[in-house]
Amino acid sequence: MLEVDNLVVRYGQATALDGVSLRVERGEMVALVGPNGAGKSTLLNTISGLITPAEGSYRVTGRLAQVPEGRQLFANMTVEDNLRLGAWRVRDRDCRRIYDLFPQLGGLRHRLAGTLSGGEQQMVAVGRALMAQPDLLAVDELSLGLAPRVVDTLAEHLVQLNRETGMAILLVEQNARLALELCPRAYVLEAGRIAVSGTSEELSRTAAVRAAYLGGAADEIVGSPNQP
Amino acid sequence: MTLFLQYALSGVATGCTFALVATGFVVIYRVSRVVNFAQGIFAVIAGMATSSLLSRGVPHGLAEALAVVLAALVGLVVGIIALGRRGTPPLASLIITLGLGIGSYAAIIMAWGDQPVSFTGLPGLARAGGVSIQYQFLLVVVVTAITFGLLSLFFDHTYLGKGLTACSSNPYAARLVGIDVHRMGLLAFTLGGALGGLAGVLITPLQPVSFDSDVGIAINGFAAAIFGGLLRPGTALVGALVLGVAEALVAGYYRASFESGVALVVMLGLMVWQASRRSPAVEEEMV
Repeated sequence: MLEVDNLVVRYGQATALDGVSLRVERGEMVALVGPNGAGKSTLLNTISGLITPAEGSYRVTGRLAQVPEGRQLFANMTVEDNLRLGAWRVRDRDCRRIYDLFPQLGGLRHRLAGTLSGGEQQMVAVGRALMAQPDLLAVDELSLGLAPRVVDTLAEHLVQLNRETGMAILLVEQNARLALELCPRAYVLEAGRIAVSGTSEELSRTAAVRAAYLGGAADEIVGSPNQP
Repeated sequence: MTLFLQYALSGVATGCTFALVATGFVVIYRVSRVVNFAQGIFAVIAGMATSSLLSRGVPHGLAEALAVVLAALVGLVVGIIALGRRGTPPLASLIITLGLGIGSYAAIIMAWGDQPVSFTGLPGLARAGGVSIQYQFLLVVVVTAITFGLLSLFFDHTYLGKGLTACSSNPYAARLVGIDVHRMGLLAFTLGGALGGLAGVLITPLQPVSFDSDVGIAINGFAAAIFGGLLRPGTALVGALVLGVAEALVAGYYRASFESGVALVVMLGLMVWQASRRSPAVEEEMV
């Protein structure tokens, strides 16, 4: 589904990604966690085709759509227009399945996207990406600036989509706890390199990961229904 | 009183042509963030081309239409050169349009000479209520109204129009969604060329154009566009009409040479006023 092979991306002199390799298989949910500035957004923008790598390669089999960090909606356009523009690459501009998934948006369809709350905007951002009928959904910082309950609802929707349609999801998150709960497999990106990878269960037991990303606590992350 | 109306009506007509030029500025700026300093050139080229075609026996209507198409093509070429490769900063593009505008003087002089050019528009006068107004003025107003209507339909009700709007709203998100922002910029320049060309075709029967008329036309169009923050064509239309009427009154009651001064003073005043309201003269995006 997604194969990244020794990807090197530079912004002028600065190296943002230094030989990153990872894979996402069809139908998988994979997490990519790491601190601010690790290069997570750079990676997503590269596989979305916006940045040309300096070295290495990546391959996307099928369609990829990104839910960008900070929503990045067309603020002065309506919800409906935002959604329909998400279908730019495909023929089908019918928003009904998005309104079925997010009933709240149906009532908001003629509102200007910039006037919505953070949670509603995030729904529009996800909906817009889904309009492209992607095989792989890359979600960048879903939880940023949102109340926990809103995040949980959105996360549930994503898991449901993954289960029902087999759409793969690459979940990029600073909130490692959330990401490891939702995704069975994860990579940790630090300073442009994959520091460690494995099943979420393994990672949540790894002391270094726990200390850096999970608050160092001894409580269980695994045991959620999504784990193998 | 009738003299006042005469001046005002002729001001409305010139205001309409300013509005068309202003919309060209707005369309290009909204999509590519480039202020197109060659905008006036499109009008000059179209006016002169119409005159040439008419003198070769091309019928009215067809000559004007061809001239607008030519102006659109020139707009596309300006866009190709100014926008350059993907990733060219808008400020660099702006300077290139300035250079292209000045550089085109030579091309215009070689093609049409350096003397003012005009041609007869719609002949005859309409009379109503003691006021006579040239049919050409009415033509200008009608064509402008139709154009604005079509543009509004295009931007608000077609998918492509919304794609163009998206490019100015959030270029990053537009690229994510698959819109080729660079290509949309070229489309905007072509549209800007056509609008400038339309303005030129309408204004030349009223005011002869020569190779350096672009400055006056562009200043007026730009002043009107700035009134709408370079983003809102509707507001630019209002500004353009006010400007046209103001200039006509100044020229009629005072001295014609002060006409362009009005535009500059208005523009300066607007920018100072907008700055003092602590909102930028050019609007930032919301998200």
